[in-house]
Amino acid sequence: MAAMFQGVGAAAALSSLHSNSFDSKNFLFSPRRSFSVRKAPSFVVVRSDGTMNLDLNPEGRRAQQFIANAVATKEDISAASSSKPGHELLLFEALREGLEEEMERDPRVCVMGEDVGHYGGSYKVTKGLATKFGDLRVLDTPIAENSFTGMGIGAAMTGLRPVVEGMNMGFLLLAFNQISNNCGMLHYTSGGQFTIPIVIRGPGGVGRQLGAEHSQRLESYLLPIPGIQMVACSTPYNAKGLMKAAIRSENPVILFEHVLLYNLKERIPDEDYICNLEEAEMVRPGEHVTILTYSRMRYHVMQAAKTLVNKGYDPEVIDIRSLKPFDLYTIGNSVKKTHRVLIVEECMRTGGIGASLTAAITENFHDYLDAPIICLSSQDVPTPYAGTLEEWTVVQPAQIVAAVEQLCQ
Amino acid sequence: MNGASCAAKISTQPFSLNPTSPTSHDNPLVSPKPTSLFLGSTRKLRLSSSSKLNLHRRSGTVVAVSDVVKQKKSKSTPSLLITKEEGLELYEDMILGRAFEDMCAQMYYRGKMFGFVHLYNGQEAVSTGFIKLLKQQDSVVSTYRDHVHALSKGVPARAVMSELFGKTTGCCRGQGGSMHMFSREHNLLGGFAFIGEGIPVATGAAFTSKYKREVLKEADCDHVTLAFFGDGTCNNGQFFECLNMAALWKLPIVFVVENNLWAIGMSHLRATSDPQIYKKGPAFGMPGIHVDGMDVLKVREVAKEAIGRARRGEGPTLVECETYRFRGHSLADPDELRDPGSHLNPFFSQVQKCHLIQCRAASLAAEKAHYAARDPITALKKYLIENSLASEADLKAIDKKIDEVVEDAVEFADESPVPSRSQLLENVFADPKGFGIGPDGRYRCEDPKFTEGTAHV
Repeated sequence: MAAMFQGVGAAAALSSLHSNSFDSKNFLFSPRRSFSVRKAPSFVVVRSDGTMNLDLNPEGRRAQQFIANAVATKEDISAASSSKPGHELLLFEALREGLEEEMERDPRVCVMGEDVGHYGGSYKVTKGLATKFGDLRVLDTPIAENSFTGMGIGAAMTGLRPVVEGMNMGFLLLAFNQISNNCGMLHYTSGGQFTIPIVIRGPGGVGRQLGAEHSQRLESYLLPIPGIQMVACSTPYNAKGLMKAAIRSENPVILFEHVLLYNLKERIPDEDYICNLEEAEMVRPGEHVTILTYSRMRYHVMQAAKTLVNKGYDPEVIDIRSLKPFDLYTIGNSVKKTHRVLIVEECMRTGGIGASLTAAITENFHDYLDAPIICLSSQDVPTPYAGTLEEWTVVQPAQIVAAVEQLCQ
Repeated sequence: MNGASCAAKISTQPFSLNPTSPTSHDNPLVSPKPTSLFLGSTRKLRLSSSSKLNLHRRSGTVVAVSDVVKQKKSKSTPSLLITKEEGLELYEDMILGRAFEDMCAQMYYRGKMFGFVHLYNGQEAVSTGFIKLLKQQDSVVSTYRDHVHALSKGVPARAVMSELFGKTTGCCRGQGGSMHMFSREHNLLGGFAFIGEGIPVATGAAFTSKYKREVLKEADCDHVTLAFFGDGTCNNGQFFECLNMAALWKLPIVFVVENNLWAIGMSHLRATSDPQIYKKGPAFGMPGIHVDGMDVLKVREVAKEAIGRARRGEGPTLVECETYRFRGHSLADPDELRDPGSHLNPFFSQVQKCHLIQCRAASLAAEKAHYAARDPITALKKYLIENSLASEADLKAIDKKIDEVVEDAVEFADESPVPSRSQLLENVFADPKGFGIGPDGRYRCEDPKFTEGTAHV
């Protein structure tokens, strides 16, 4: 595997938000601000409700004009930070918090992966856990994905609850044998005798010029495997909630994280909570069109939503979160209300999550559709290294706006 | 058969190749903090190897493999390796394996079972020699050639036969089949169709055993895992990756290679650069042992030492059992490549065939005859009778009893019901909420008509 380096997430989030991925005209902060003159280390933070502010530098915070959206998370947008309940943290810290809480709660929960222990995880999700729980509970494995994933499955069959980390989701292609043949199947082929309460997680998706092999979206490759569940987190709130739910689930769950989302900041509750693995998340209720999305594309959609609202549209945005199975109740209710569906995903066009979702919606809710479903996906190309080309492989907010306009004609 | 001194010789020499101290970091009650336990290799990196190199040219024929470990004949009266009870137990287990597999062949050709069925005839000494030393809580992981491993581990013959017939009373409710035998009660962790994919699972089971002892503080947990696999698997990446991890973390596992010299039609010698598999153990820091897999008492002696090592926390062992399968790879395999008289061998041109077949025929015929003469059951029988551990009558009684067991298993399987449609979607998920939420807002699994539907989500 190619060398992974920490901090790539932060840098990537910073630069992508600054330049290409977000249409900077629609943001109310000055693009001329130079980040290099900051004294304290700071980074651009995108809040889970799609708003953005600059961190650690109060003078730089501009008055944001927020579109008055109801948001599914428990955010109070305008209140002062000190009196709000809960605590603020970044997405990777939320994942760690969820993992740590589950490890404290149940001694059978353990972590296996490359550099999860002493190094703290290449994205710092497991930082500090090895010191706290020991080298056996936070196991640094040799570089042998197929075998240590299989080892996790064997451990799960015999009573442990392992969390297997793929340093990058793409590396789990080497574990495909174990994930497909054993992870999904053994509960069935053993006639229900063995359960496999394993969580397989890791960052995937198109990052910031990471090259083709580090920019893969495995959700479409793993989707047809029977016997597994797949969820994708997109905010610190649902990252922690899904991590905890996945660990507690008796089914094998694959948790997809995104390389560019690790530094999202959000205020999350102090109390124990989980996010239901099978449910979708209503991000922004609306009337005109249903936009279904997940993971990083949620932010492109919310970016486009601002433009759309300014143009007079009222989009309903749903983060499907559960990639397998689909929450057809939430999705169906939305389709029945708006009659128009746009799917925005980062998967490639062929055989992606969107393709499957289109089929499911057409089968179940055909009568409610006033227009054909539009599915915006990434191009069917290996992700190029060049920044401009990479930008064109994934869906950008402008395309989302155009698609909604086309749908609502 | 004189196993006593030979087995002792095998066990002392290769084990000393492991330079690490056996009890250096396996005492959980003493180690103060988790982080003080170093989990990894303590071998020093040496630039020049001082180990002896085998400079002998490898012989092309099969006979050389079994000569690697020289047997020293004991001058004194050989002490018996087994008691009468043990002897009869071993005999009964091997007879069960043989009779069961023969019945499988019959049933297959009568259309009672289908698909790929891989029989174990000839290899019984390995299964019996190892598995009869295990406790119920120890785990066994096998391959597609798993019927006899299941029987040796204690899975009832009825359950295995029903599974093969695809009936709902099978050990896996008819959902696994010949290649996927599982038993939670007897800790049989499969049954795997792809070679090599069971080895990591076995490594995981061994990891759990170590975890239970060191993290969960179940100080008396000394469960051992046995991973069985063949010569072909020893060229697969998962084999090497797991040898590394097991040795690195001193997992309580024994890797048992059932080297029957053939991977379907691929001779071990044509597939492997160094066919002496046991030598690959020391490369990873564990002892590698070669044993005559047609001799159940020799296998048992080696197994005792290897399993004992694992139980004491000294780490894994690689045991190569030289054995042979009397039948083809599976019941669908016409076994022509090993058949000296075959004219259908596609690898030879017409011209070559006459010449080469004659030469190969001679050596292949010799190979089959060589191993048929070493039938493990005949050998054990001879040992028992010659050493007055059992009489002919005792053994015949066991033969008869096993015949009845196998007949009963067939009857039971025949009369068992086939799975109904409602069974199709059970067991896909341990938690059926995994099928998701349907358009009506309810979990699909709560819908009483769900079992009539499909599993797509």
